[in-house]
Amino acid sequence: MSILVKPNTKFLVQGITGGFGGRHAQLSLDYGSQLVAGVTPGKGGQMFADTVPVFDSVAEAMAETGATASAIFVPPPFAADAILEGAAAGLDLVVCITEGIPVRDMIEVKDALKDSSTILLGPNCPGVVTPGDGEDSSGGCRIGIAPGYIHKKGNIGVVSRSGTLTYEAVWQLTSRGVGQSTCVGIGGDPVPGMTHLDVLKLFNDDPETTGIIMIGEIGGTAEEEAAAWAKAHCTKPIAGFIAGATAPPGRRMGHAGAIVSGGKGTAEAKQEAFREAGIGVAVTPSEMADTLLKMM
Amino acid sequence: MNLHEYQAKELMERHGVRIPPGEPATNLDEAKAAIAKLFDAGNARVVVKSQIHAGGRGKGTFKDGFKGGVHLADSVEDATAKAEAMLGNVLVTKQTGEAGKQVNRLLITSAQDIKSEFYVAVLLDRALGKPIVMASAEGGMDIEEVAEKTPEKIIKEVIDPALGLQPHQGRKIAIALGLRGRLIGQTASLLGALYKTWHECDGSMLEINPLALITNEDGTEAVVALDAKMSIDDNALFRHPDIVAMRDLSEEDPLEVEAAGHGLNYIKLDGNIACLVNGAGLAMATMDAIKHYGGDPANFLDVGGGATQAQVKAAFEIIVGDPNVQAILVNIFGGIMNCNTIAEGIVAAVQETQLTLPLVVRLEGNNVEAGRATLAASGLTLITADSLSEGAKKSVAAVK
Repeated sequence: MSILVKPNTKFLVQGITGGFGGRHAQLSLDYGSQLVAGVTPGKGGQMFADTVPVFDSVAEAMAETGATASAIFVPPPFAADAILEGAAAGLDLVVCITEGIPVRDMIEVKDALKDSSTILLGPNCPGVVTPGDGEDSSGGCRIGIAPGYIHKKGNIGVVSRSGTLTYEAVWQLTSRGVGQSTCVGIGGDPVPGMTHLDVLKLFNDDPETTGIIMIGEIGGTAEEEAAAWAKAHCTKPIAGFIAGATAPPGRRMGHAGAIVSGGKGTAEAKQEAFREAGIGVAVTPSEMADTLLKMM
Repeated sequence: MNLHEYQAKELMERHGVRIPPGEPATNLDEAKAAIAKLFDAGNARVVVKSQIHAGGRGKGTFKDGFKGGVHLADSVEDATAKAEAMLGNVLVTKQTGEAGKQVNRLLITSAQDIKSEFYVAVLLDRALGKPIVMASAEGGMDIEEVAEKTPEKIIKEVIDPALGLQPHQGRKIAIALGLRGRLIGQTASLLGALYKTWHECDGSMLEINPLALITNEDGTEAVVALDAKMSIDDNALFRHPDIVAMRDLSEEDPLEVEAAGHGLNYIKLDGNIACLVNGAGLAMATMDAIKHYGGDPANFLDVGGGATQAQVKAAFEIIVGDPNVQAILVNIFGGIMNCNTIAEGIVAAVQETQLTLPLVVRLEGNNVEAGRATLAASGLTLITADSLSEGAKKSVAAVK
């Protein structure tokens, strides 16, 4: 088992004919993932990498190929519409990689999706990887932009707001011979789809996941909410790290959501919430894997 | 992107928020004209307000000792003297730091007969993913302090994104602020216009402190916005060329402006260990690690996932443009990017910028062996590290 995606999950890429989307679509193919379609309105009928058909709409691509998930690489002004198209077509999972979507658009998307069965991951996220059995974890499902080879099939779940910190955690685990069930980047925006809590619940219910690394950063209170839930309900050991202890208040630290405002969303408050919930706190990101392994 | 008070008021007025009459001025002639216009229109008193991107203006002090960044004046001569004293002078407030900020613009408005002051703001509630209107009868106060000490005094109304702020919600807030009679409806429509401003301009935050209950000359009462603080969602600027034109670069750090021009995310801090990192989360964590091992980070710098050699070079130039920097920590996790390409970029950038400061490099990821070999063979005096912790420790040691 794994969460969100399995190695055989068929997915499509919205914006496959763009440079960034195309590059990562190719890397997913190289990893052995089941990328079965691309979508770019107006470019239906083309082929991507000689093997992947491109369609004009998500609905058409789903009907023709059986894709159930998508990765969105379309530019910010059009990304909200791409998410809504994926949901309207009935995808199970939409992973939005695009960085720079206006907050107002995401408020509207989140509101529009409140009764939808489509799960949104992101935006501004690295995506999701369920490692496979092959060499360097190939044969798994890689939706997004994470480097596939750093993974290893196993039993640790990783959830994070930051791409590179996810890779750090995954690499530390793999270097110690410890594999991952699924690694989920929820993204650095202030109005995200899935939250830490949503992902924690899935890991808690996944029999294959035996331990969890949860990486957060300043801004908002999503880490505190996840920690409060974990204290009462999570049966698995969790280690965490919070980035941004040295960030000046009121400044946005790269990610649109990484800002301490009105005294809320500080690293101290989040670390305290973690400790209160029995979540192991790594003092630097170099200790994320070791902190978890000591608890297991 | 932050706006000046007069710019925020301009946007608010465009959306139907009642603002006392007034005009901005960037020099003494403009100030004189604005002052004359207000007195000619029959105003007995005007307010001369410094326009800088920092709060606490009223209680601030200018570097030459002149007290207060906001002044009342009862005559043309008095107002002109105050404007002259403020323009070009450097104002220090609790939010500017010791360096203060030069006052390049003033806002001159009519003074109001204030009966009471309220606080109101429109912002995103991140936990809900929805906009909220926050209000308090404790106007003029520091809202964070009110929220901390007397949270029950904060009124919060959640907005349905599909509907916007409804009139009944506006009336509810007005009543909770203690307003009665026709002021209830007037305040509700003002709040509706305020929300519209926030929504249509893609505001991140729109704060009115104070919103004031005033007595008009005819003895009637009205609610008006006396101050305004607004920031705009940077991600949405592409659809607001009129707001982009309002950007005041003199309010921003020149190194940060230059970095943004190169597509780099740089924020200057006060320490002496610079860092150059790929990824925002890792960049924050690198600063934290420097602090953890007893050092002080000089900046936040995220070069992004696909930095070019030109960007890396620009990043080094910006870093050394900060005279406080005594050592540099490069921390790259090359996931997709080939570490050797990154190493070559670092070597070229160091050579081109003739960098002489201690440089600690931690490189990890794709093809890292070749990358480390490139660094070793470069002839540069680099300090290498295998992990972020080690890199942070070595950079701290380098400045001791």
